[in-house]
Amino acid sequence: MATLADTKPVAMADLKGKVDPDWCPGCGDFGVLAAVQKALVELQIPNHNVVTISGIGCSSNFPGFINTYGMHTLHGRALAVAAGVKLANHDLTVLVTGGDGDGFGIGGNHFVHNMRRNVDLLYIVMDNQIYGLTTGQTSPTSRIGMKTKSMPFGNIEAPVNPISLALAAGATFVARAFSAEQKHLTELIKQGIRHKGFSFLDVFSPCVTYNHDNTYQWFRPRVKKLEDDPAYDPSDWMAAMGKSLLWDEQIPIGKFFERTDLPSLHEAEPVLNAGPLVHADPRIPLDLARSFVEELM
Amino acid sequence: MRQTFAVGIGGAAGQGVATPGDIFAKIFSRRGLHLNAYNAYQSIIRGGHTFLTIRCGPERVTNMGDRLDLLIPLNQDAMDRHLGLLTDGAACVYNSDTIKPGVPADGVGLFPLPVSKLADITRNKVAQNTLAVGAGLSMMGIGFQALEEVLTEQFNKKGEAVVSENIGIARIGYDYATVNFRPFAWPLPMTGNRYAVISGNIAMAMGGAAAGVKFYCAYPMSPSTGVLHWMAAHARKAGIMVRQVEDEIGVVNMAIGAAHAGVRSMCATSGGGFALMSEGLGLSAMMETPVVVIDCQRAGPSTGVPTKTEQGDLWQMLGAAFGDYPRAIAAPLDIGDCFTIIPEIFNIADRFQCPGIVLCDLLLSEGRLSVDPKDLDFAPVIDRGELITTASSEPNGDGVYKRYKITESGVSPRAIPGVPGYTHTAASDEHEEDGVLISDEFTNPTKRRAMMEKRMRKVAGIEAAAPPPVLWGPRDAEVTLIGWGSTKGVIEEACEILTEQGISANQLQIRWLVPLHGDAILDILKGTRHTIIVENNYSGQFARYLRSETSFVPDGHIRKYDGEPFMPHHIVEAVKEQLSGKSKLSVPAHEILV
Repeated sequence: MATLADTKPVAMADLKGKVDPDWCPGCGDFGVLAAVQKALVELQIPNHNVVTISGIGCSSNFPGFINTYGMHTLHGRALAVAAGVKLANHDLTVLVTGGDGDGFGIGGNHFVHNMRRNVDLLYIVMDNQIYGLTTGQTSPTSRIGMKTKSMPFGNIEAPVNPISLALAAGATFVARAFSAEQKHLTELIKQGIRHKGFSFLDVFSPCVTYNHDNTYQWFRPRVKKLEDDPAYDPSDWMAAMGKSLLWDEQIPIGKFFERTDLPSLHEAEPVLNAGPLVHADPRIPLDLARSFVEELM
Repeated sequence: MRQTFAVGIGGAAGQGVATPGDIFAKIFSRRGLHLNAYNAYQSIIRGGHTFLTIRCGPERVTNMGDRLDLLIPLNQDAMDRHLGLLTDGAACVYNSDTIKPGVPADGVGLFPLPVSKLADITRNKVAQNTLAVGAGLSMMGIGFQALEEVLTEQFNKKGEAVVSENIGIARIGYDYATVNFRPFAWPLPMTGNRYAVISGNIAMAMGGAAAGVKFYCAYPMSPSTGVLHWMAAHARKAGIMVRQVEDEIGVVNMAIGAAHAGVRSMCATSGGGFALMSEGLGLSAMMETPVVVIDCQRAGPSTGVPTKTEQGDLWQMLGAAFGDYPRAIAAPLDIGDCFTIIPEIFNIADRFQCPGIVLCDLLLSEGRLSVDPKDLDFAPVIDRGELITTASSEPNGDGVYKRYKITESGVSPRAIPGVPGYTHTAASDEHEEDGVLISDEFTNPTKRRAMMEKRMRKVAGIEAAAPPPVLWGPRDAEVTLIGWGSTKGVIEEACEILTEQGISANQLQIRWLVPLHGDAILDILKGTRHTIIVENNYSGQFARYLRSETSFVPDGHIRKYDGEPFMPHHIVEAVKEQLSGKSKLSVPAHEILV
């Protein structure tokens, strides 16, 4: 249904939230918010057709800072809620935003299963390798040796590798960005939204308050864009897996992997052939109902 | 006393207890007889012991009853366990090649079938079952054609040869019994009625379809899985999205997501899965997104007894999720009510934008009942409440849509994503009218109080929307039996038996647990003479709840927590014991051992 709101070009001002972010000054999440707004403007997606869904944590406050439909759900559950939203109305653009603790820790099960389902959404993890809102504890992506309030003598547990995990779980778009690389980040967000299927975007989003190991200064000389290597082929899953294992001196960012030959979940479900569920008649035809009862007679 | 006839079939899982059960059920319902079937089984796919009771009669049959008329043991174990249950006039038909009978009570007929002489058992492994079904029907005075019809349907998919082989074997059993076995004194009557035979799980699934559920998701868990199976099998025809999810946390959150996007959304589980959903119920309440969750209770705690019934989850429901929030909790009274309650609770959940919980149990979920198709209303009232689905209406307030607008009813018009002009964020954190969080930087005690009071004002609306309970039976009865949910049928029959035996009894059966209608209940109980609360759990969960809400203390309790449902005589005997002053707490022992 075309309305006046649809015909007016989407501008940055349309996407400004009711309140300003309360993140610490210098937080990497500011860059992610700006890049998402910019991507939506560049793609000209009206804000009422976007649902931004988060869990709990600093970065999960995201939906309150952008003017789209938003859901600020439970810790770790954003992807489960988002899958329900998308399946009920697949005309909506679904963005899921959150942190590494929310997504890879408490929400790990939903992370794995919604990737294999290929739910059509963009999942942006603002990965700061620490729990911020609970004032600095070890996260699933904290490196070995990192000292935090919960592991004051240094982390002895191996971190999860979100890129390898996403590749193994069957995500059809897997990318990594750095919050300080705005243009590159915005481009990946646009690609992730356009991709028909589960798009995973892990963003290094430094926590300036609690993570003193993985800072902007630490990342800057290390991150290397995959796009700068003309020989890199993001349709090659094995190559992507190989790149995902790199850390320390050379940390790849950019699009690791994309495949477009698989249907997303809503495309694979024949029940949705007639259009989004939300527009369906709630009543089932009475002759069909009668046939259901006949089966039991 | 209602005239009924009950068949019991016992054997090991995998021995084919279900098929003869289905055949009897179909034949009874097609004769226009009411029936009630209950399967006592174990959590095992092959082996163990399972015992199916099918009770039928020309009037409503509300429970498994006290008496078995025909026992068909499919192995020695079943014979040994159950022969002792038979009383005068009952019969046992068994395979005399493999089973040795015990010593029956006086007047019980033992009817051996020489199976290997009657059928080629090397060709047909379940020949004994088919012979016994044929023999049983002959003894009941039912014409063979009814069996021929049902067998044809049953085996049609396997081809003409299998159909005729089974009909042939059944005919031999039928004729053998006609010549050699004593017919039952009461030939099964026939009426002009036609009934559907449905389980509570199928009833709740169909009730969902009737209510306009468009999204159903679940994680398999006994005894709720039947809802998933019906939904999955009928999803494409009915236009319902059905998903199997990784865990129950994912289930409830996915259901909430779909509901938030604007469709009616439902899920079902049992106690363990419900425990995982608890936090999600709070999300539904706080975001004011309606969702309906079915809990099919089984014996707990923990994994408990997965294949046995109990009413042990009440306090889990009452305590589910933290904080105070409006919700509705309803316990269907019988299998037909499993259908009816779904559209009702959806209307309440939608109107008051809150979670609705259906507190069912294994007895109803997996039991089967004959239901008049006219009672399955596929065009019930669908009230979606104050839902904004198009941009045509004006945003409320001063041009800025307030999703959580403070209103007198506590209900704020709900816009679904996709509608231009109504963007907002729904949050699990406490929030202002426009959705902005007041849980952190904007913390404000005045606003927090206002939002709590707004949400909790919905409680009064919910109370008015759900009907209060009524007393069944004579007002001045000697004893009043109070039950909730699935015990309705068995208590009703116990009241009838007590009345026949000279003890007048009436019944107060609770369907809506939240809202409880405490004042209405107290009003009813004011005039009663001796009150006994009957429930399928150890601690008297409903008795404790009723006391906490109303200060009412009954004269006595009848409780059962052995995994099996009440039989009428359990209640009758306990009532007599309590009226004579021997006890205030009766715990009947279950005689059918599975």
